[in-house]
Amino acid sequence: MKVDWMTFWPRIVEATGETLIMVVATLIFGSIIGISMGLLLFVTRDNNILENKWVFQALNILINIIRPVPFIIFLVAISQLTRLVVGTTIGTAAAIFPMTIVASFSIARVVENNLVSIDPGVIEAAQAMGASPLRIIFTILIPEALGPLILGLTFICVGLFDFSAVAGTVGGGGLGHIAMTYGYQRFDGSVMLVTVIILIVMVQLAQWIGNTLSKKLMRR
Amino acid sequence: MIEFKHVSKTFYIGKSEVQAVKDVSLTIAQGDIFGIIGFSGAGKSTLLRLVNMLERPTAGKVIIQGTDISTLSPKKLREERQNIGMIFQNFNLFNSRTVAGNIAYPLKLAGMKKTQITERVQELLQFVGLTDKAKHYPDQLSGGQKQRVGIARALATSPDVLVCDEATSALDPETTGDILKLLKKVNQELGITILLITHEMHVIQSICNKVAIMEDGAVIESGPVFDTFTNPQHPTTRRFIGSVQQDLPSAHILQEWRRHNEGSLYRVTFTGDTTNDPVLSSITKKHNVDFNIVYGSVQELQNKLFGNLIVSFTGQETAISRTLEALNDIVTLEEVTDIEG
Repeated sequence: MKVDWMTFWPRIVEATGETLIMVVATLIFGSIIGISMGLLLFVTRDNNILENKWVFQALNILINIIRPVPFIIFLVAISQLTRLVVGTTIGTAAAIFPMTIVASFSIARVVENNLVSIDPGVIEAAQAMGASPLRIIFTILIPEALGPLILGLTFICVGLFDFSAVAGTVGGGGLGHIAMTYGYQRFDGSVMLVTVIILIVMVQLAQWIGNTLSKKLMRR
Repeated sequence: MIEFKHVSKTFYIGKSEVQAVKDVSLTIAQGDIFGIIGFSGAGKSTLLRLVNMLERPTAGKVIIQGTDISTLSPKKLREERQNIGMIFQNFNLFNSRTVAGNIAYPLKLAGMKKTQITERVQELLQFVGLTDKAKHYPDQLSGGQKQRVGIARALATSPDVLVCDEATSALDPETTGDILKLLKKVNQELGITILLITHEMHVIQSICNKVAIMEDGAVIESGPVFDTFTNPQHPTTRRFIGSVQQDLPSAHILQEWRRHNEGSLYRVTFTGDTTNDPVLSSITKKHNVDFNIVYGSVQELQNKLFGNLIVSFTGQETAISRTLEALNDIVTLEEVTDIEG
């Protein structure tokens, strides 16, 4: 049975909204946690402003454990924890939790990589002027790396659409859920086509916003 | 005033250790432009970083205006660092900030009010001659302009001391000259003591009043620039001096000369007042000896003249030896041997 588009459109709009909420909420929470972790990872490196072997190694290992796990497996593996935190394993909110965790670790790596490319001399100059480590983090490291950082976050953001679709297949809602139920299980090619087009448009939009923002901030 | 007292710095890389600075004792007096010169790897950069504790000494003390700065708490050290300006070979400007923003940064750290910051930044831009570049970003500036911003930024908090880490090594000769002039102006007009490191002897020659030569982590010679140039003690010092003033013709020319002439060549070195007197001609005339200048130069160093001539004498043997004796009383005289060339 094919869907009746007259009544089905509201369903598509709702699902698009769910996908957007999943992606944006994950990006916000993931950025807060991920950027903090990335900064911590960077400043605790050898010979850096807050060098600390233990903190660095602990974070480094944690990231290396989480990142290689395929998202669909991770999603299922931590479902008990998701239930504990969110109260359910079904729905948009339940999808945001595991997405945020995975995104945080990816963002942490992206942030660290961008910070490493800052000329150490610039940090040394700030130190020589009497800037405290915290001050260096917020007034030197972040502004100096902001352009590439935005591009990195955009890259993650595009990946989050992928994650949201995966989460959708196991009860997360959103366009992924629609595409799976109507497009895949009921062989309705038109639904599949529409969801794919909407996803492409959203991804293009995200990329465009990221590019424009980073171009404005990039001073190199 | 900066005092290094038996300062050593050892780096541990894995299991091996590198002694970058070995038992260095130096005093940099108020108002000095003190240059430390050495080949790369001599430890001069590490020594410089000990001044503001970017590196901590493994032994010894670094005393600045009476306080041993290695004993300061982190907070007190940050305050002290505002009193020590620093400029760098690669400028190390903040790319995300404008020229004005770069200069304002240390003032913000010092907690200055916004209106005062604007005023001070203007003043500094004027001092370094970049008033029209306030809103530019570092990537829009030339190397020389970048270093001017670096200097303005380092001077923002009116430090007593300015340390320069190879400040002109990334610049072309003309720009180097401009920056050196600016540093001299910083020293003379603002009374700021300057400690600089370089591997270029002409930097020392053009602005420093005192110099220390470093080799293999240790200071091998130090003193006023004029004395060091006119009377170097260590072979490395002579090599550095040789890099800016050739005091002898090439071995080829020397051989040619010996093939066509007899007798010896002498190096006559004049310093200070003797450069103004017609010493050579009056003495040779008196003993009825002719002289011929084969090679030489007279230069200005630290507002004093310094002459270095390679001379041959012709005449009766006894007359020549009497001439040499008489000259030896007034100027420095030594016979040139071929080994030198």
